Amino acid sequence: MTDLISMVVAKYNYWIYITLMMIGLYAIIAKNNLVKKIVGMNIFQTAIILFYVSISVKKGATIPILEHGHGPDAHHVVHAVDYINPLPHVLMLTAIVVGVATLGVALALAIRVYNNYNTLEEDKILAQIREK
Amino acid sequence: MKIIGLIITVTTGALLFYAAGDFPAWSDPASPASTYLSPHFIEKTMEETSVPNIVTAVLADYRGFDTMFETAVIFSAGVVCFFLLRISRREDEEPETRYYRHVLTGVTIQLKEGHEIPPSADFERIDSMWTPPDLIIKTGCRLLIPFVQLFALYVIAHGHHSPGGGFQGGVILGASVILFAISHDLRTAVRRMSEKLIGILCAAGVLIYAGTGALCLLLKLNFLDYSALAGVLHVDPITARSHGILIVEIGVGIAVLATMIWIYNNISSAGRYRQGL
Repeated sequence: MTDLISMVVAKYNYWIYITLMMIGLYAIIAKNNLVKKIVGMNIFQTAIILFYVSISVKKGATIPILEHGHGPDAHHVVHAVDYINPLPHVLMLTAIVVGVATLGVALALAIRVYNNYNTLEEDKILAQIREK
Repeated sequence: MKIIGLIITVTTGALLFYAAGDFPAWSDPASPASTYLSPHFIEKTMEETSVPNIVTAVLADYRGFDTMFETAVIFSAGVVCFFLLRISRREDEEPETRYYRHVLTGVTIQLKEGHEIPPSADFERIDSMWTPPDLIIKTGCRLLIPFVQLFALYVIAHGHHSPGGGFQGGVILGASVILFAISHDLRTAVRRMSEKLIGILCAAGVLIYAGTGALCLLLKLNFLDYSALAGVLHVDPITARSHGILIVEIGVGIAVLATMIWIYNNISSAGRYRQGL
């Protein structure tokens, strides 16, 4: 029992990200409304961002900006254990902005769909397509 | 459909929960993600690029190609929103009855088809569903927007030494213009920043980025190897990398700024560019 608890506590970042990802995936597959699907896609993206940022953390390390980079104290030895991993931050930095851009495209498509079918409910749209 | 979705979701979740057992523990300094490439970035960034913010250096220098195409993705997202939504048919743009409001007195006049008013700054074009913007919100936003924009410029310019850079600063700049469009109306915002200008800025941002890379190529080094700019900028190659990063960050900022406004303008008015939200 204590093993299980310590395992859960040691990896709780993964539990949170998997739970968020499941919520997003369920919304993408099962929701009928297109805007709710888009919201689900955004929750999914948030889960991935959380996952990446959480794997970059190191215990006892600080943000990846070097202290005393310039000035009289410069040119001291930098140890990798003192700073958290910068690479996931770089990837997620662009992913957030690209996420906003894809959200914009998705909403634009939803507006076009609404203009054509006068509804955002997927089953009604499919019924209208079958009628044609 | 709901049952199938639930089964797929639960199966994926269960597999991931099972796989998470093999993952390195939370905040483990010896995890695989933190041991191969990132120590090189952390230890060598300062001597190779002279930029204390490692994220900025990796973003614009070590992974410059990646970021260039991310900027291209954002540019294409703006263009796609434009092509999907923008309605530029004449009859749709010019309804039969138009309304103009005299700014100083607040008098609204209605013009039938074929009539024109002499062009003057006293009248502004409004829609039939126009509601006056709230005075408190309008004044509050007018006080706030300059500081938001100043902060955005600081975030872009100081991205080498503190958290920030082109993406973040560009989004804040775009948000300030969107705040203006929300607090007044879309027509006023488009009059300040026309659609043509937004399109040009959006392309110019990507062009600055790619052009810097091409300039390095012309100066007989690799694409996006900013140390080639040392001769042009009259600095040593390491400082030239730092300056090159700043140039491409400005390009990214401009592209992101324009794309955010473009997407907002098109989506909030469904491509009609009338009142907006």
